[in-house]
Amino acid sequence: MALLTAHGLACRRGDRLVFEDVGFALEPGGLLRIAGPNGSGKTSLLRLVAGLAPAAAGRIEWQGAAGDTGSEWRRQLRFLGHLDALKPVLTVRENLAAAAGLAGLADPAIAEAIRRLALDALADLPVRFLSAGQRRRAALARLALGPAALWLLDEPTTHLDGAGVAAFLALVAEHRQRGGMALVATHDDLALAPSGRLALGQPRAAP
Amino acid sequence: MSAAWALFRRDLQLGLRQGSDAATALAFFVLAVAMFPFGIGPEPAILARIAAGLLWVIALLASLIALERLFQEDHQDGGLDLLLLAPAPLPLLVLAKLAAHWLVTGLPMILVAPLLAWLLQLPAEGVAMLMLALLLGTPVLALIGAVAAALTLGARRSGLLMPLLVLPLYVPVLIFGVAAVEASLAGLDPAPHLSLLAALLLAAFAVCPWLAGVALRQAAT
Repeated sequence: MALLTAHGLACRRGDRLVFEDVGFALEPGGLLRIAGPNGSGKTSLLRLVAGLAPAAAGRIEWQGAAGDTGSEWRRQLRFLGHLDALKPVLTVRENLAAAAGLAGLADPAIAEAIRRLALDALADLPVRFLSAGQRRRAALARLALGPAALWLLDEPTTHLDGAGVAAFLALVAEHRQRGGMALVATHDDLALAPSGRLALGQPRAAP
Repeated sequence: MSAAWALFRRDLQLGLRQGSDAATALAFFVLAVAMFPFGIGPEPAILARIAAGLLWVIALLASLIALERLFQEDHQDGGLDLLLLAPAPLPLLVLAKLAAHWLVTGLPMILVAPLLAWLLQLPAEGVAMLMLALLLGTPVLALIGAVAAALTLGARRSGLLMPLLVLPLYVPVLIFGVAAVEASLAGLDPAPHLSLLAALLLAAFAVCPWLAGVALRQAAT
C-alpha cells in the first residue's frame, strides 16, 4: 500500500487556478519528480503537501489516513525551499545546529552532515562569506542531519557544481534505501531515477 | 533539545552578534530622551513633571522600531518555513522568539532608564518604580507588537501600518506605567497600577502568541 497519496489536489492563487486534479502515490523508497514550466505550481504543490498552504480542493493521505499537519506529521518532513533559510551572521555549524534543534532532532549528525556536503573547510565561517553554491550545500546539509520519512525539495541543485550534485544524489539514494520518500521539483536533468513523474501544465484562469 | 529552546538560543545568538536592530532601538531611546532638555530648557521642575510620561512614550516608540523587524528576516530568507514546520506549537515558538528579542532590546532599555531619568531630573523615589513598571510593561509591548509584526508581514507599507495597529493598544500600558511612577512620587500606593500592568501582561501572554501564530501561518501561504 502506498504510504503517501494525494487525490484531486487543486491550488488557487488569487483568481488564478494554478493547477487542479493533481494526484500521486508514493511507496517507501519512492521519489516523485515534479516538472513543469515556470509558474506551473511546483513550489505551490510542495508547500501544499508540507501543510504550509491550504489546498483549494483534494486531500493528502498518510498511511491511508487523512494527513493532518500536526507535530507528528511535521516531524516526518524535511522541507528545502528555494530559499536557503540560512542566517548570514551565524556559521555553517551554528546554522545546522539551529535547524536541527528546530526540527526536533534529539541527536543531530552535524559533523556528519558537514562532511557529506564537503563543507569542512567552511564549517566555522559565517554564512555571509559563502558563495551561492556553498550556501546551497549548507542548506542541503540539513537533509543529512537525521532521518525523516519525506523530503520535499524545491530546486535542490540550483547553483551547485558537479561535486555538489553528486553529494546530493548520494544523499537521496541513501534516503531512499532507508525507505524514505521524496518529492523533488527541478528543471535540472538529474540522475534521480524517479519512481514516478508528475508534469504540471500551464496555469489557466479560474472558471 | 526542544524546538522552542533551539529557536530561543539561535535568536539570542543572532541578536547579540548582529546587534544593529537592538542598538538602533536603544540609541533611539537614549538620543530622543536626551533631546528634550535642549528643547524644553533645563528647568528641573518642568523636566521632573514630564519625565515619567516622556520616558514611557519614547520607550514605547523605541520598542515599536525594534519589533517591526521581528519576523521580517525569517520571512525573507525562508527561515519562517522552518519555524512553521517545527514539531512544536507555534505560539510557543513565537514566545521563544519574543523572549530572545526582549532580552536583547527591552532589557537594555530598562537598564539605561535610570541614567535617562537622572537626565530628566526625575526624583530618586520614582526611578526604582519606573524600572519596575518598565519591567512589567515592556513585555506587554513586545507581545502586542509581535501580533502586528506578524500581521503586517509582507505588506508593502508595514512601516506605516505597524504604528497604526499597535499604538492604540499600547495606550493602557502607557497610562498605568506612568501612573505607577507618579503615584510613587506623590507618596501614594503604586500597587493598583502595577497590578493592572501585571494583568495586562498575563492577558497579552495568553492571547498574543496565539494570534501571532495564526498571522504567521497566513503570511506563509
